[in-house]
Amino acid sequence: MSIEVRSLSKRFGKVSAVHDLDLDVPAGSLTALLGPSGGGKSTVLRCIAGLEIPDAGSIFIDGVDVTRVPARDRGIGFCFQHYAPFRHMTVWDNVAFGLKVRHRPKPEITHRVTELLELVRLDGFAERYPSQLSGGQRQRMALARALAVAPRVLLLDEPFGALDAQVRKELRSWLRDLVEEMKVTTVLVTHDQEEAMEVADQIAIIRDGNLEQVGTPAACYDHPANEFVATFLGPATLHDGDWVRPHDLVISKSPADGAHPGVIERITQLGFEVRVEIHLDDGSDTYVQLARRNFDELAPGVGDHVFVAVAATIPIGGSENHAESDTRPSA
Amino acid sequence: MIKWLIRIIATIYVGMLVGVPVGSIVYRALKPGFHEFFNQLGTPSAVHALVLTLEVAAVAVTLNTVFGLGVAILLARHRFRGASLVEALIDLPLSLSPVVIGLALVLCYSTTQGLFGPLLVHLGITVLFSFPGIVMACAFVSLPYVVREVQPVLIELGTDQEQAAETLGAGPFTVFWKITMPSVRWGLAYGVLLTTARVLGEFGAVAVVSGNIEDRTQTMTLWVDSALTNFNYNGAYAGALLLALISTLVLAALSLSRAKEGRLR
Repeated sequence: MSIEVRSLSKRFGKVSAVHDLDLDVPAGSLTALLGPSGGGKSTVLRCIAGLEIPDAGSIFIDGVDVTRVPARDRGIGFCFQHYAPFRHMTVWDNVAFGLKVRHRPKPEITHRVTELLELVRLDGFAERYPSQLSGGQRQRMALARALAVAPRVLLLDEPFGALDAQVRKELRSWLRDLVEEMKVTTVLVTHDQEEAMEVADQIAIIRDGNLEQVGTPAACYDHPANEFVATFLGPATLHDGDWVRPHDLVISKSPADGAHPGVIERITQLGFEVRVEIHLDDGSDTYVQLARRNFDELAPGVGDHVFVAVAATIPIGGSENHAESDTRPSA
Repeated sequence: MIKWLIRIIATIYVGMLVGVPVGSIVYRALKPGFHEFFNQLGTPSAVHALVLTLEVAAVAVTLNTVFGLGVAILLARHRFRGASLVEALIDLPLSLSPVVIGLALVLCYSTTQGLFGPLLVHLGITVLFSFPGIVMACAFVSLPYVVREVQPVLIELGTDQEQAAETLGAGPFTVFWKITMPSVRWGLAYGVLLTTARVLGEFGAVAVVSGNIEDRTQTMTLWVDSALTNFNYNGAYAGALLLALISTLVLAALSLSRAKEGRLR
């Protein structure tokens, strides 16, 4: 089921949260709404869900205008940032809630809940209360609850925001597989660009209520529409007025054409890569990211005089990224 | 050492203020024997007072439960003009003397000089010196308890769970009964308990509006008072103990069911 957002605007009092925003989510895809906190991405998600009424604009799910349809009739599954577990119900009753509310026959409920608890690896926890679960388990329970009613669209608000780094990484790839298996159109909100790039087929970068760019992670990373996208999606330093990824800078010990001389100020080992901070002779500072092997070949030390050359700059706002990042609903 | 001192002082304070007087009531009420206790409470006027008290409590508590829940939801979930005025009015009964409340009701509903008097005469409704007046007085004095117990629970609860239920297909009615009510049930239960205790024990406001007519508008507290005035000490103590027992039973029932549920979690 595709989702189309058309000219969406939403204000909270005097604050404009979303401003005239258009977005297409192709059927079956996993789209990440990415951007800094308070940028309006959660508001977009909540408008799609029907939890907020837009001031202007429309929402289409599978081509049908649902702007005035209440949340309960939109056929969506929604996972809240803090999971919103029903604290007075067991895990089983939490997951069964949507089916009970829809008056499904009892055998079907039993079958479906059992199946889902297995899917989210919570079989054996059915009789527990949410307070007796860990953060990751609560998250998986919330997912099972949302999936129980077989939603056409799955909406996740900062699904991994409240989890520690280890559990986060685990759940990420698990979610990726799950969504692929269920073939449910999914939109998730995150402020973590690494998470978005790892999980999503398509990312939509939203800042200050405006859509900055939509496209595949690779398209957005390689051909950012503007400086904000370039710097938000990955580390970038300004070099001679051009934005450069630190891994696209090359250092050598001998002068080369167009290379800038400088002195190494600090070396940080980050596992497989090394970060070298350099104070250039023209007074500016920059840093270079090197693969461990290249670093060892060069074997530089703090205080060494080196030359920094640019291997590639970031093509910001290039015309070719448009074709690549444009998406049409396929439904 | 200081810890012990504080404990001893606290125990003596509560003991002297609450424990000893209540204990002496129990002692004095039962001293003449159970036979006398039941004799005193078996008199027609005592039975009438007890029945009236329970009827008034049933109606006033029901009214304030429904109204209190509604107002708590309104205040916790919606920002509106005049909300702070409603907040202030809700707390007013706590700061007004019950006698003043009784007097205020007289000024409104007296058939001869009340604000709504002529209208009430026209409609043939009597409020003062009858059941509606007593219920009104009791509802007035016990107004804040349900609201003040439920409102903070609702605020703490937030709207996430209600919205989650909504996205799962629940209508407003289902959300209320399956999510909101179970979440606030203990706050509500305590509010109802406090309201009940307050209504059972109300004296001043009821004394003013009821006229204290024996066998007609005399509630249990008024009966105890008139027993005392008539030097019927055995009756007064028996009535007082009965009132205390009813409140204690309600509290015990609540604590028990809560403890039972606590074990399940």
